[in-house]
Amino acid sequence: MADTFTRVKSIIVDRLGVDEDKVTLDATFKDDLQADSLDVVELIMELEDEFDLEISDEEAEKISTVGDVVTYIEQHQ
Amino acid sequence: MKRRVVITGLGVVTPLGNDVSTFWDNLVAGRSGISRIESFDVSSLPVQIAGQVKEFEVEKYLDPKEARRIDRFAQFAIAAATQAVEDSGLDIREENADRVGVYIGSGIGGIHTLLENHNVLRERGPRRVSPFMIPMMIANMASGHVSILTGARGPNSASVSACATSTNAIGDAFKIIERGAADAMLAGGSEAAIVDLAIAGFANMKALSTRNDEPTRASRPFDKDRDGFVMSEGAGVMVLESLDHALARGARIYAEIIGYGMSGDAYHITATPPDGSGAYRAMRQALEDANLRPEDVDYINAHGTSTELNDKSETLAIKELFGEHAYRLAISSNKSMIGHMLGAAGGVEAIATVKTLVEGTLPPTINYETPDPECDLDYVPNQARKAQPQVAMSNSFGFGGHNAAIILKRYS
Repeated sequence: MADTFTRVKSIIVDRLGVDEDKVTLDATFKDDLQADSLDVVELIMELEDEFDLEISDEEAEKISTVGDVVTYIEQHQ
Repeated sequence: MKRRVVITGLGVVTPLGNDVSTFWDNLVAGRSGISRIESFDVSSLPVQIAGQVKEFEVEKYLDPKEARRIDRFAQFAIAAATQAVEDSGLDIREENADRVGVYIGSGIGGIHTLLENHNVLRERGPRRVSPFMIPMMIANMASGHVSILTGARGPNSASVSACATSTNAIGDAFKIIERGAADAMLAGGSEAAIVDLAIAGFANMKALSTRNDEPTRASRPFDKDRDGFVMSEGAGVMVLESLDHALARGARIYAEIIGYGMSGDAYHITATPPDGSGAYRAMRQALEDANLRPEDVDYINAHGTSTELNDKSETLAIKELFGEHAYRLAISSNKSMIGHMLGAAGGVEAIATVKTLVEGTLPPTINYETPDPECDLDYVPNQARKAQPQVAMSNSFGFGGHNAAIILKRYS
């Protein structure tokens, strides 16, 4: 978990240009990290590459927090 | 009543410098900004030279993270617009934002982005195409970004008329202020199309100079040995403002814009009619709009591309319109030094025309060595010249048969 979260965090920090300490498991992409829908699509592409998995559009739509992403990745690796 | 419109701010990104004073000094010194293309492998291309923007510091204008989602052409526009707004001292705030507009065109748009994503599509499939591809690529995005960054909420549009793009943008913006729909407009154009695909396309049209071994001598408008234009990149944006608005806020006024004309050739997709009749109609209309006689014009910043066809037909059009006065007025082509910035050409050249009026110096047409009997006017060959032009015209003509001309006047 910790390792997945660290890797996810580093991608988020790089892509969204947010401070590292804002990227918590509870942080929401839209409100807390100020990501718009295009940012989220791009982020998911990066995560798919990084973790070598595919996140379907339906699954992607359910993601709202950083924790959602980490959990999804943990479960599908 | 028509409102008078003046120019109060200037900004450029060019192969001869990324600010107005460096650009102007190099232009007056007769330096060439053309060099061998370094940013990618050109060994298989028939044309290997261009006017490249060098040492562009995007971080002066944009957060690097933001910049990653903005194509090079729009980055140039943002840089030029930021300079122009700063130069003008125009403060865009809540109370006036609805009366400040943006009109910045591009002939080609985000072709770097398009190519990168096309490669991604071919190599990795549609799921990897960036969600930012469309907003990075579309040619109107310079106007979009500049509006977002400056907060300007007034009239907003973008012209796409090939090499006439930014003269159309400036002319249209002038008319928007003249009719009272805005108090100020950020207007001009930007282009960043130095990529292998575009070079190959233009080269295969035989539009480009192939003087690869002598880049600085390749762009030679009106010279008998000209063999095509040299592609270049950059942006030019100016702040246009109603005279009343400029006076009310105590702005420094560079010059006045007093005429705009445009026309279509209705002739051929790329060739100009040999008699230059389309160019003639645009210039005549600009004169009529300015309510001037031909002999009132002292200087023409020519389209002057260095192609066989343009320079001949533009010369003919000038002679047709100005008659005997064509031999008395001075003409020069900035493209001899900066190359052809396509959709940005008219913006940068309008700014050079403003400086020409303000500084009382005519920039030269460099590489003018062998006179062409069909181009027999005063092109200010090779050396800048002191003069006191009161009225100047700037021409731009584009593929598709778009012709545009604006007339600027010393402010008094």
